[in-house]
Amino acid sequence: MNNLRKIARQVGFYAFVLALWQSLVLLKLWPPYVFPTPASVFEALRIGFSDHTFWIGIGVSLKRMLVGYALSVILGGALGLLLAHSDFLEETLGRLVVSVQSMPSICWLPLAILWFGLSEKAILFVVVMGSLLSISINVEAGLRNVPRIYAMAGRNLGASGARLFLYVLLPASLPHLVSGLKQGWAFAWRSLLAGEMIFVSLGLGQLLMMGRDLNDISQVVAVMVVIILIGFAVDGLVFRVVERNLRRKWGLSSAA
Amino acid sequence: MAALMEAQLPLRAVNNKIRVDGVSRHFPSGHGGQLAALENINLEVLPGEFLCIVGPSGCGKSTLLHLIAGLDRPSTGEIWIDGRKVLEPGPDRILLFQELGLFPWLTARENVEFGLRQKGVNTKERREQAGYYLDLVHLSQFEEHHPHQLSGGMKQRVALARALAMQPDVLLMDEPFAALDAQTRDLLHDELERVWRETGQTIIFVTHNVREAVRLGDRVLVLSYRPGRIKTKFSISLARPRHIEDPEVASMSKKVLGHLREEIDKSVRAEFHHEQFA
Repeated sequence: MNNLRKIARQVGFYAFVLALWQSLVLLKLWPPYVFPTPASVFEALRIGFSDHTFWIGIGVSLKRMLVGYALSVILGGALGLLLAHSDFLEETLGRLVVSVQSMPSICWLPLAILWFGLSEKAILFVVVMGSLLSISINVEAGLRNVPRIYAMAGRNLGASGARLFLYVLLPASLPHLVSGLKQGWAFAWRSLLAGEMIFVSLGLGQLLMMGRDLNDISQVVAVMVVIILIGFAVDGLVFRVVERNLRRKWGLSSAA
Repeated sequence: MAALMEAQLPLRAVNNKIRVDGVSRHFPSGHGGQLAALENINLEVLPGEFLCIVGPSGCGKSTLLHLIAGLDRPSTGEIWIDGRKVLEPGPDRILLFQELGLFPWLTARENVEFGLRQKGVNTKERREQAGYYLDLVHLSQFEEHHPHQLSGGMKQRVALARALAMQPDVLLMDEPFAALDAQTRDLLHDELERVWRETGQTIIFVTHNVREAVRLGDRVLVLSYRPGRIKTKFSISLARPRHIEDPEVASMSKKVLGHLREEIDKSVRAEFHHEQFA
């Protein structure tokens, strides 16, 4: 019942956004090559999907995402473990990591191009650099913020070393880890699209730039819609579900 | 008849279950100084003895249990269990934490199984034992609940079941029933006394509730306020089973409380002073 009402509210909201958009179009404030109509964007979406360019773009971008994100999770996780383990590293390398993370990931692009040329590797490099540090910061925070009582209870009940880590510290820091992974995904996604704009990369980022080159505002907006939908889907189908289960299990909040 | 006497050192010193030998524990305090939580504690506990420790808050009661559990190291002195020096935690002595330390990501049953799993007990046997101990604390209906779905008293009982399931020689209990209502506490006193008599475990039970200490203990130790020293030792030779409302328990408690009052006053004054001038 409650869910139905929620869905109805969402549908109503997007209908309102579309109506607002259409009425702005009807006011003819801007020429159509600056401000596309909903119909022309839908048409661009239809063409994009029917001639497979959007499917290819999505496929290429998601493949890069998976590779880059997997690398980030592995490397960032390892770095986070190191930082959580050693106070010395935390005070030295840890400080540096936080400062470097504050830099927008697009700033890695010139370096990546000089190192790897206009290549797949350059894009992956930007993706990894964009998300790795945020993952490691969250992994470290998660492990360091495990309440002392859990570690003590674990040791008291006979867990130590790797078992203590696996059965107590890791599950205890899970809420932090999940939000770290989510943040890492968002950073990786942003970095990827920025990186893809630099050359003929076949990804969604390049489709955006192609729309600009062709002066085709409808395609630009259509690709933006696709990018937003993918972000929405990953957040809604993966991270939200994981977080909800976690919250319910831990009793972190009564929210459904 | 309540017999009040300053307990003598046990004569069969060799047969001690636990020996605490000149133990002090200092913590670094804010301004480069040292805070003495415990000072020169000497204590011998017999096998199967039920020892209660009372003291004002801040007297180092919890610290002493952590030291015996091996979760912390003394600054000076040594602790021996069965003639072996305590250097790390061991499954022979389980501490029931004041904060419980139940794992929120596990169900009640999985919490109880946790220690058994670390011991390498197989799945089937783990399940059986967890079931047995949860039944013992009347929680069989709640096996699959997570801690957050349980009331305070139920959580306390899960933690008790988790400790008992380890079948430790030594059970260390840090104000385990402080947060419970009187009825639940009475019930758990009876349960604990019964389990203790059946298993012959050695129990050190820390509380700030003198009545509780007298109701449960073979001996009651009064710790002084900062640094924590052993101020007085009482032997409680009242017949068991006892009840917390027994007049003998009440009159004995009064005597113990007389010794404790002074320390409580000190602790309250110190806290008041701290608030005024800190």
